[in-house]
Parts: sequence; structure tokens; C-alpha cells
Amino acid sequence: MAADTALPAATDSGATGGTRATRTIRRVKYNRREAIAGYLFITPWLIGFLVFTLGAMIYSLVISFSNYQLATDTAQPVGLANYQALIEDPKVALSLGNTLFYAVLAVPLEIIFALFLALLLNRVGRGAGFFRTVFYLPRMTPTVATASVFLLLLNGNQGAINKALAAIGIQGPQWLQDPAWVKPSIVLMTLWGVSGTMIILLAALKNVPTDLYEVASIDGAGPIRRFFSITLPMISGALFFNVIVLTIAALQVFDQAYLLFYRDQVQAAPEASLFYGVYLFQQAFRQFNFGFAAAMAWLLFIIIMLISLIQVKISNRFVYYEGERN
Amino acid sequence: MSTTSIFARPATLTGRVVRWILLIAFSALFLYPFAWLLAASLKPRGQVFDNSLIPQTFQPQNYVDVWNQLPILSWMGNSLLIAILAAGFVTLSSSVVAFGFAYFSFPGRNILFGLVLATMMLPGAVTLVPQYLIWNSLGLVGTNVPLWGMNLFGSAFYIFLQRQFFLGLPREIFEAARMDGVGYFGLFWRMALPLSIPSFIIVFVFEFQASWNNLQAALVYLNAGSADQFTVPLGIASTMTKFSPTNGGHGDYQFVMVAALLVTIPMLILFAFAQRYFIEGVATQGRKG
Repeated sequence: MAADTALPAATDSGATGGTRATRTIRRVKYNRREAIAGYLFITPWLIGFLVFTLGAMIYSLVISFSNYQLATDTAQPVGLANYQALIEDPKVALSLGNTLFYAVLAVPLEIIFALFLALLLNRVGRGAGFFRTVFYLPRMTPTVATASVFLLLLNGNQGAINKALAAIGIQGPQWLQDPAWVKPSIVLMTLWGVSGTMIILLAALKNVPTDLYEVASIDGAGPIRRFFSITLPMISGALFFNVIVLTIAALQVFDQAYLLFYRDQVQAAPEASLFYGVYLFQQAFRQFNFGFAAAMAWLLFIIIMLISLIQVKISNRFVYYEGERN
Repeated sequence: MSTTSIFARPATLTGRVVRWILLIAFSALFLYPFAWLLAASLKPRGQVFDNSLIPQTFQPQNYVDVWNQLPILSWMGNSLLIAILAAGFVTLSSSVVAFGFAYFSFPGRNILFGLVLATMMLPGAVTLVPQYLIWNSLGLVGTNVPLWGMNLFGSAFYIFLQRQFFLGLPREIFEAARMDGVGYFGLFWRMALPLSIPSFIIVFVFEFQASWNNLQAALVYLNAGSADQFTVPLGIASTMTKFSPTNGGHGDYQFVMVAALLVTIPMLILFAFAQRYFIEGVATQGRKG
């Protein structure tokens, strides 16, 4: 941040307004040629944002109030009909429920597992690089490859996972058929690739000043006390960041569910595997109900915004930001 | 950033042993699917499910047969082309934009940069349908353009990452270059770019991997076309279906495993060469929070 020496005046920017008087003052502050050059440099993003983000969102809002027909590229306004259909379609509620359930199951497990691995790695010293590489390899594996292996590993009758469970006397479930085990199956796949979260937490752990532990040790704090009083608060920023990012990802889960259950349109997939992202995809690109799909997308957007907002509010109460002290 | 923490001192021998046992146990768990995959790819059809990590019957012929069964080379070629275009374009466009945000001051800069950050949180599902309709109205559905086209306009996280990097460069060198008569674009092209190769590589390898892995876009834009146009994720997904007994296949999972392994290898090679850039890039994600 110290390097941010670009004119300090720019910190309070008001492109949109002010009286003529303030505008004149501002004009003095900004070097005109430099400002024009700045706008030129950010033009690619600006075009992309206006067309593919803002434009697309407005377009999708318009479509959600119409019965868009792909073949004729026509859209007649239908008012709230798509949103009405959304409420009446039991599969929307079902897929939303499945997705929320999955998120509630997956996110805490991902965080705990990633933190556990990061703590293990943080204290290894020599050899950490090797283990970090090993833990990271699943993340380099394309999801299709992961899914095709787990499809076989999770096979209820012959899969390696159930064979291993049988060896210790446990009758494994029909992972991919039993509705109760569909989501844990996907969680298992996700946990295998949890190393991205682990790396972020590891970086946060490395930034905890070691003298804090020294002082705490002298004061007689044991390892558990040190973990809860120093480590957790000091990495709480990274933890909450991961919670938010992982939640957004979990609410949009698609690839794994599609590959395990929906790629083959012959076999009936268990209802428990119908996630919101999958149903939205089906409605848009299999049924071509674009109006309905756009309404679904907006509902998801609002839900994700609300959940993120709540998470940010909660995090503001608990997270310790070192920057605030400076 | 002292990594030799004081933990080394109080850690008991038992603690160290337990930690190493755990690390080795988890490594085995993380590596097991790879070993299983490799073993299964070398087995005859009937033995795929015997779960032995050493095939009873070695059948390396699978690796020959798979080329006759599947157009894997086309898939890898398509994915490679798309990944290079996607990664190349996004690296260049993001750093141009990032330099605009880092070096210049102009009215509205911070609000606009706030918008960049905000789009990072935007769920992709929201723009999926309208983006499809935009590409459709341009007549580009069924081509690979939608799989890299948007990368011409920069991408939020990469803009953020490159901007951080540019802000770390001493401003004095740019001022000195200005004095020598270097133009604004020259500042970017001749000074900022050469100095930020590491962050360039981070962005490139990240996007390369993301592109190689991108199933949904391929499903949306290429699924209706011929199998020769498929990308790797789409190809493997169709392979999983093709050999599935529920779909009339004979359960030739050994071919699926060979294909899965072959498309993973380029990513492992990429990781071997660019590991520190991946790690650095992921760690940076955490710092934006």
C-alpha cells in the first residue's frame, strides 16, 4: 500500500457529481492527459463490464419477465409469470433445498479439513514443500478426471471405498444411488481438492507473528489455548474470506453433480442430486426455457447476495483485521 | 516472515512423530486415486474393479486402443488452443487495465475499481443465460470463440492481482522514464511489463488451468457440435457416458481411465514447472479479502 503514491487527491473520487465549483477544483487536481490515458487503459474492462456483466444482468432481468423464444429471437413480456412458475415448480424448491443442504455440509468440512492440513504443514519445517505438492496435486486434476475416478471408487458394490470399509467391518452405503449419500459423495470429491483453501490458510498462518506465541508460552498458555486465543483470531480474516468464497462456490455447484448424475441423460438421477445450478442449466440449455432460467438466476443472485451480506455482517463482529491497527 | 517458528523448541518427540504419521497418512489418501487411476488404466476390462494397485494382467495395449476409440488428440488440441488464447488474452488485457488503475489518477477511479472487485463476487450462473444469448445473436454459438472471447476484456481477480504487483513497483522509475520522453503506453509496454513477468506467469497459468478445466462453457457452446470439436472436459464427459453400461456400453472403464490420465498429465507438467506461481497466486486470493 505504501507504494500507492498515485496522486493522493484521487482517493476521494466523484465521477458523478458535485456542483460546478467543486468540479472546477477537481479539474485542477487531475492531470487531464493522464486522466484520459487512464480511461483508455481501463477501456477493455469497461467494455467487458458494460456488455458482459452489467448489460448481461439487465438483459437477463428483462428476459426473466418475458417468454423468450430462441428460434425467433423474440420476447413477449409476460409480467411475473416466470417468477410465479418458479414458486409453483416443486423442483425449484427441491433443488434449492438440496443446494443449501450441500453448502451447509460442505463448507464447514472444507474449512476444518483445510485448516487441519494447513496446521500440519505449518509446523513441519523441512519436508513441507513435498507434502504441499502432494496435497495440491488433486487441485491440478481436471474435474472430469476426478469425477471419472470417483465414479468408480464410489461404486456401491465394487468400489475401492466400500471394499476398504468392508475390510474393517463396515457395510458401505450405495454412495451414488442412495439419496442420503449423494451429497456426502460430492463433499468427499470436493475435500480431495481442498488444497486451494489450505494454501490460503497456510499463508495466513505464516503471517502470525511468532513473538505472540512466545509471550503466550511464557505466560503459561498451552497449545490449545494458544490455538484459540492467538491462531484463530489472527487468521480469522482468511477464514471468513474462505467461508464466503466457498459458500458462493457451493451454492453454484454444477460440475461434479453433472458429471456424476446428469451427463448420461438415459439413467434417472436421484432427486437428491438435483442441484440448483444443474436445474438452471437444464431449464436453459435442455428445455430452452430462457425466461424461466433467467428468473432462476436472479433468485440465486439475490440468495447469494443475502447470504454473503449476512456472512460479512457476522465476520465484522468476529474478524480481527490487523490493518485497522495501523 | 520467519518460518522457523519457536514451535520447533517445545515440540516433543511424540508430537513430531504423530505429525509425520498424519502427514504421510494423508499423503497416501491424496495420492491413492492417482495410483488407482494409473493401475486401472493398465488393466483389462474385467479387472478394473479388482482395486489392486498392481494390475494382475498388464495391458498397456489400452493406451494404443484408446486412440482408435476416442479422438483424444483432437480434444487436447482444441483445449490447448482455447487455453492458450484464453490465458494469453486475459493476461494481456488484465494487465493493461491493471496498469490503468495502478498508475493513473482520474475521476471515478476508486469507484470503478470497487466495481471490479464487486464483480469478483458475482455468481457466474447469473450471467450464463444472457451471455449465451449475446454469443448466439453474434452467430458464434458452436464455435470456440465464447470460450475465450470474454478474456479480451480482462478479468476481475487478475486485474486485482496485477494492480497489486504494479503498485509495488517504485513510481520514481516511471517518473524518470516520463522525463526521458517515454509515452504512457511505453511506460506500460517497456517498463511495467518486463518488470512484472512473475505476476504475468501467475495469471497465465491460472487461466490456462481454468480453461482446461472448463466443463460448463463447453457444454453450453460446443455440446451440439461434432465430437471432433469437443474440449477435454466435454470429451471425457462424453466418454464416461459412451462406455457406461446404462448407456449400452460394455463398461470399458479402462479406456475412461486412460483418457482421464492423459488429460491430467498436461496439468501435472504445468504444475511441475510453475508450482510456485500457482501457490503464490492462490495465496494472493486470500489477501484480497
